[in-house]
Amino acid sequence: MSAASTIEGKEDGKVKLVGKSLWSDAFRRLKKNRAAVVSAVVLIVLFVCSWVVPWISPYAYDKTNLAIGPTAPSLSHWMGTDFFGRDLFTRLFFGGRISFMVALTATSMSLLIGVTWGGIAGYVGGKVDALMMRIVDILYTFPFLIFVILLMVFFAGPKSPLYSAFLTILSPFSDDPKGAKNFAIFQIFVVFFAIGSISWLTMARMVRGQVLSLRGQPFVEAARSIGVGPTALIFRHLLPNALGPIIVYTTLTIPEVMMTEAFLSFLGLGTQEPLSSWGLLAATGAETMDYYWWQLVFPSALLAATLFCFNFLGDGLRDAMDPRVRKD
Amino acid sequence: MIGYALRRFSAIVPTLWVVMTVLFFLLRAVPGGPFDSERAVPAEIEKAQLAYYKLNEPLWVQYTHWLKNVVIHQDLGPSFRHAGRTVNEIIWLSFPYSAKLGFWAAIVALLVGIPLGVYAATKHNKVGDHVAMGVAMTGVSVPRFVLAPLLVLVFSLKLYLLPAARWETWRHMILPVVCAGLPMAAYVARLSRAGMLEVIKSDFVRTAKAKGMPMRRILLRHTLKGALLPVVIYLAPGLSSLLIGSLVIERIFNIPGMGRYLVEAATNRDYNLVMGVVLVYGALVMTLNAVVDIAHRYFDPRVNVEGT
Repeated sequence: MSAASTIEGKEDGKVKLVGKSLWSDAFRRLKKNRAAVVSAVVLIVLFVCSWVVPWISPYAYDKTNLAIGPTAPSLSHWMGTDFFGRDLFTRLFFGGRISFMVALTATSMSLLIGVTWGGIAGYVGGKVDALMMRIVDILYTFPFLIFVILLMVFFAGPKSPLYSAFLTILSPFSDDPKGAKNFAIFQIFVVFFAIGSISWLTMARMVRGQVLSLRGQPFVEAARSIGVGPTALIFRHLLPNALGPIIVYTTLTIPEVMMTEAFLSFLGLGTQEPLSSWGLLAATGAETMDYYWWQLVFPSALLAATLFCFNFLGDGLRDAMDPRVRKD
Repeated sequence: MIGYALRRFSAIVPTLWVVMTVLFFLLRAVPGGPFDSERAVPAEIEKAQLAYYKLNEPLWVQYTHWLKNVVIHQDLGPSFRHAGRTVNEIIWLSFPYSAKLGFWAAIVALLVGIPLGVYAATKHNKVGDHVAMGVAMTGVSVPRFVLAPLLVLVFSLKLYLLPAARWETWRHMILPVVCAGLPMAAYVARLSRAGMLEVIKSDFVRTAKAKGMPMRRILLRHTLKGALLPVVIYLAPGLSSLLIGSLVIERIFNIPGMGRYLVEAATNRDYNLVMGVVLVYGALVMTLNAVVDIAHRYFDPRVNVEGT
């Protein structure tokens, strides 16, 4: 199913074959899906803004202004200020960096480990499958929150060996390596790792389920009968056919991961002040929503909009990549 | 099938044992102990406390002691921070609240999610599909801790329709259950739509249609079982994330469930309580996983779990 070829036209009596790969085909279909294209554009804009806004903004994300305190949105502060008079617009897009970074690291970890793990388990089957899935079960059983709390306690405390390693790497680049900001950055790395290392489990189960039901099908037998090896069989035949669910699941993973970070921040275990993330800002806003509505509304709106767009894009990708939707 | 189910269930105990053993030693490897506090306690008192809870003995002795008590007496030991209370007692009192919340939230999720997803699939790419998926995406995109305060603000503080917190009558249950269930309903809706679309395009559905079978009958008799496959696969992680998510809900609505002990005990190094909560939680999740695997096999006969 890798390439469908069409006869494009005759030139000088020669038939010219133009390969239409799965991907170019999918991309063409994706472009027709307006919601998906708009979502992709919005996501790119948000991503770029997250890197540019804190950089060109007249306010620093952690610059307090106790004289003005919490103010409603105005011309000088487009989204108002928080309790300490920090500009919310700047803090919001600075938080976007962290939310995007969490999404990227944890999701790629989930894809890489989960797909390989599930693919192998589903394909090989038998004892290997039982063993691999038992490991997933065990990791599942371990309640994620305790895992994260333990990780934070083990590695994110000021006495942690990881922190001193982090300081050693950082010290040539920073005047004040032991500052609160660097400690917060260090803790975020621990959060990345914690979320990433558990978010592949569902992906693995999902892929295994797909591969299990695919590998009994005739085309796999056909491929095996002409001598296709196991690696090629998994990566060229089984996984591309399971791509639809994998992509749908990836788009479900991204918002899940972003939300996990927000959830941790809500419990006080994720991103710490003076840094910001959408989850942290929304959690702070939720506490004071009766008085300072803008502190809840803007972070939640941005978080929800981003997750919305990832979902729309994922759905568009799904429709674009499922060969069975093809009308031609 | 029955043999497979039996084997699947009997695997739970050794797995649980491994998890608890790892957790036991991991917990004690974490810096800090249950009796550390801001104010320094006289050395004799701390020593007496440690001796009373047998924390001064070698790790190996502590471990066999714990294991023996759990296996033989079903006794999870005393709590270190809730003086005078046993872990059994704490869990026994708090678990029903969490279970009730989780159960009803899951029911809400399935009853809202599956019909929504099936409806969207039958109206694929039409207005109904877009509206239904828009609703589902809102559910996926709004975190529980944003949803909950907003609903409280609207339904309790502005409209005075429902109580804002606590857990007494069924009226108290509505907001927490809805807040916990809706995000999961949104996932279920998306997955059942995806599964339904896969099946709806298959040949046997076209044949059924060609035979003149009414759509409702096709949906119920032929496609639903296959289409719910992604939902079934999702159910185990979905339910365990529901348990985790109810942590926030329990906190916001002040429900005396087990969830709050999870965070509190780990922060306080209340070893026995952490072990107890993880044990209950682990047994639950692993049983659910087994049930889902068995259901997966039942729903999709193509799956050959034994391996060929």
